[in-house]
Amino acid sequence: MSFDGGSYDVIVIGAGHAGCEAALAAARMGSSTLMITINLDMVAFMPCNPSIGGPAKGHVVREIDALGGEMGRNIDKTYIQMRMLNTGKGPAVHALRAQADKFLYQHTMKETMEKEPNLTMRQGMVEELIVEDGVCVGVITKTGTAYRAKSVVLTTGTYLRGKVIMGEMTYESGPNNQQPSIKLAENLRELGFDLVRFKTGTPPRVHKSTIDFSKTEIQPGDEKPKFFSYETEGSDNEQLPCWLTYTSLETHQIINANLHRAPMFSGMIEGTGPRYCPSIEDKIVRFSDKPKHQIFLEPEGKNTSEYYVQGLSTSMPEDVQLAMLRSIPGLEKVEMMRNGYAIEYDAVVPTQLWPSLETKMIPGLFTAGQINGTSGYEEAAGQGVMAGINAARRVQDKEPVILDRSQGYIGVLIDDLVTKGTNEPYRLLTSRAEYRLLLRHDNADLRLTPLGHEIGLISDERFAKFLAKKEKVEQEIERLQAAKVGPSHVNEMLERLGSAPIQDGSNLLTILRRPEVSHDHIEEISPSPFNLTEEMKEQVEIQIKYAGYIEKQLIHVERLKKMNKKKIPETIDYNEIEGIAIEARQKLSSIRPISIGQASRISGVTPADISILLVYLEHYNRVTAARG
Amino acid sequence: MLSDTIAAISTAVGEAGIAVIRVSGPESIAEVEKIFHSKTKLTEAATHTVHYGHIIDPDGEERVEEVLVTVMRAPRSFTTEDVVEISTHGGVISVKRVMDLLLQQDIRLAEPGEFTKRAFLNGRIDLSQAEAVIDLIRSKSDRAFSVALKQVEGALSEQIRQLRHILVETMAHIEVNIDYPEHDVESLTAEFIKEKSTEVMQGIAKLLKTAEQGKILREGITTAIVGRPNVGKSSLLNALAHTNRAIVTDIPGTTRDVIEEFVTINNIPLKLLDTAGIRETMDVVEKIGVERSKHAVTEADLILLVLNTSEPLHEDELELMEQIRGRQSIVIMNKMDLPPQLDKDILSRYYAEDLIVPMSVKAQEGIDALEAAISQLFFSGSIESGDLTYVSNVRHIALLKKANKSLQDAYDAAEQFIPIDMIQIDVRLAWEQLGEIIGDTASDSLLDQIFSQFCLGK
Repeated sequence: MSFDGGSYDVIVIGAGHAGCEAALAAARMGSSTLMITINLDMVAFMPCNPSIGGPAKGHVVREIDALGGEMGRNIDKTYIQMRMLNTGKGPAVHALRAQADKFLYQHTMKETMEKEPNLTMRQGMVEELIVEDGVCVGVITKTGTAYRAKSVVLTTGTYLRGKVIMGEMTYESGPNNQQPSIKLAENLRELGFDLVRFKTGTPPRVHKSTIDFSKTEIQPGDEKPKFFSYETEGSDNEQLPCWLTYTSLETHQIINANLHRAPMFSGMIEGTGPRYCPSIEDKIVRFSDKPKHQIFLEPEGKNTSEYYVQGLSTSMPEDVQLAMLRSIPGLEKVEMMRNGYAIEYDAVVPTQLWPSLETKMIPGLFTAGQINGTSGYEEAAGQGVMAGINAARRVQDKEPVILDRSQGYIGVLIDDLVTKGTNEPYRLLTSRAEYRLLLRHDNADLRLTPLGHEIGLISDERFAKFLAKKEKVEQEIERLQAAKVGPSHVNEMLERLGSAPIQDGSNLLTILRRPEVSHDHIEEISPSPFNLTEEMKEQVEIQIKYAGYIEKQLIHVERLKKMNKKKIPETIDYNEIEGIAIEARQKLSSIRPISIGQASRISGVTPADISILLVYLEHYNRVTAARG
Repeated sequence: MLSDTIAAISTAVGEAGIAVIRVSGPESIAEVEKIFHSKTKLTEAATHTVHYGHIIDPDGEERVEEVLVTVMRAPRSFTTEDVVEISTHGGVISVKRVMDLLLQQDIRLAEPGEFTKRAFLNGRIDLSQAEAVIDLIRSKSDRAFSVALKQVEGALSEQIRQLRHILVETMAHIEVNIDYPEHDVESLTAEFIKEKSTEVMQGIAKLLKTAEQGKILREGITTAIVGRPNVGKSSLLNALAHTNRAIVTDIPGTTRDVIEEFVTINNIPLKLLDTAGIRETMDVVEKIGVERSKHAVTEADLILLVLNTSEPLHEDELELMEQIRGRQSIVIMNKMDLPPQLDKDILSRYYAEDLIVPMSVKAQEGIDALEAAISQLFFSGSIESGDLTYVSNVRHIALLKKANKSLQDAYDAAEQFIPIDMIQIDVRLAWEQLGEIIGDTASDSLLDQIFSQFCLGK
């Protein structure tokens, strides 16, 4: 017998980085939302590295913020180090990375959620989905409580049939010895979902007072930190440094001597691990000629002595882990506080999802985060915000919101997952984006804030501020374009900067295009009347200096958009289309792309197949139109 | 693929008189304008007007061809898009030059059946023809695919693969610098990018040079010259080609390999294959040649069988006539200046009268008659023209040139210290353009390269 726990618009299962964003987005869009999690002390927990951002990942955090999500604001409040990476490269790949006070991060997120009027938080273990007439309408917990809802979002992270592996031992467990979710995994399998087994891992944590920092190199944060959220205006958090050391020859000898005890090689691990995040034993076997590997020592917070040993992810037995640590310069006398481990878990094969993140098989059921085969807090949060938005849109009876590959890394991520699937935990990289130059850290608001406002996640006040910024940037570009200058105006400045003098008349926009010239230089000879902030000046510079390359990418984007606009009706039967090759037919039938654009990205579907599909669709549409 | 600008030759290559190249798509008028000199500007031309002028090479401003250009503006055209038709002189060379220049603009070669497809998608063609359109795309694609594959087999594709490998390694290096900024891989210098792009550009230059010398371009109707040893096959080839490429001697079995020669007869491109004489042989070297010639026969679009009129018909020759029965073929009765021994009646069982050509290669007699016979076969449509092969060559050259330009852009950008992530745009473009030649455009291989080349992790 189950007990009636009440009805909600949206239920979110899980309170990790995907769950928090999903629950907040749904609640803020006006849906009465229930979030259920196994342990309420674990809200927004960081089971692995205490850091957020970096290339592609940091871009996602900016996008979440531009849409009205929480991750950016939360890390801006709780960072203990901020660094802008890649500053020597182009503006598109500048990437912000923060070290978080992981405890403060959790508490701050939990507090934000507790204050959210439409959001109810409940501790409990969901074991079953309520599916009626093929539609998901609620969940039942271990204690027998049944909650009903119009949309359900699953964000189970690594908890589904979680299994921790270390050396010769294994046990059923979620991350950090949390209870795993066994029954729900069985329930998903019974409902007919295809699940895969993935694996990830984490390094040991050590005690600060036992580290000899004098043998390591200091890695300080930026003196003038930048922030993830467009709302953060300033912050004076005290910054803590990270420390760099290296593995030694001895470390490699210890690992090699104990490889027979490594689960990675003894066959105990069945799940597929990510190539971009190998364990130290994996690195040493695969790149045996590399004499040493980097190890970063990262503080886990202000009020803790635990340090995260980045670069030493491992599932070796505990005694080997300790020996490995003590072979590293600076860690000779280190105390290990927690050991590293590998964790295996079930994930849903993501090609079973629509680009809205709703499952194709069971309407009303959405999945987001690691359950969809991704890895990383930011990837999870990006999906979370989209699943939350679309769960709420479903309640409102509105079309789902789908970001395309030219709008954001979130669009790239979801499109890759649902179109191509993944055979290892998926991590975003900037190289996965074909329009990298358009998906910049600086222009996330230009790309996504109008959408955030339209769906109700960005306040009118913030939107007005955004519009004012946008207008000023446009006005300044127009001003520079119109400002005619001659040699007498600019040559003195140009000579000073080592730039070739001009012979004839030009305009300021053309002058600013030169690599040596910055907007500040331009303002020396012609101050802007628009009272521009640093952020606006940066925007003006980027749009002018890289216009040629931006233009090149925009041409391709136009083509992409046309292809995405050609929708494929859900009811289409690919078996009816003669002329499509067998492989393409099978792939199309299983993926069921929503547009010609998506169809063309499925591997094994050739341009000829797409041509035939287009002709068929035209035929189909004309026949349908004729029937009225 | 829905709205870019495409071009194709819409008349059979090599046909006499005039050839028409059709360009369709939103940028068709502006793109053609870039290589067209005339009194009127095409971009300002009214719809359905014809303009006299010259196709020019925008690099050297050199006049390439005298042409007539017809502008048809959307929606009053076959595809309902803006369409430009360029009428040139009918020869292969003329068409090739114009096509080369078009494909170096922002225009790509149309896929098989693509004009018809666009016409249909834009509502220009009746619904009842949908199936026919699908059939057209399927059948033409399959054929184009097999032709394209045949084209890039072997040396060319291997060379392109090597060039792409250099590029993908370079790209992986760039990407690691971007995606793992704190990783201890050596940071990437402008010098490195310049060095690598130069290396690949040199490779491309070599391929293009080969193409210009004609090795890639020597395509057309594959024509095998077959016959027993010493009946005059090489002499015939030489007579047709007016060169002395094949070794001509009186010793049977001298031609030990298949020799190719490219000739144009009345504007028809022929790729002539001189084969070792068909004869059972114990000589190992010659045996390889004989095997190859049998292979050449199976591949040929047209077979020229050479007989010696001064000898009776040999058993081998009868066998050969059986083997090629039903194929497009002409029989040449050579050495007609010597006393005849050959029974022509037997030939008549296999060949129509106008396909039996008496000749004396030595005395230069009968060559005109042979050329006339070939022309007739070609124009009556009996020989499937090699234009697909030919056109895919044009496409390769255009892609090689585009890849070269992309790399030059990358090189120039590196020179000016443009950030590496922007240079990467051009390096990647070059990699994709080379990939299109060999039909490999999967981008996953970049990630594979990154993770196999570098040790990354947290």
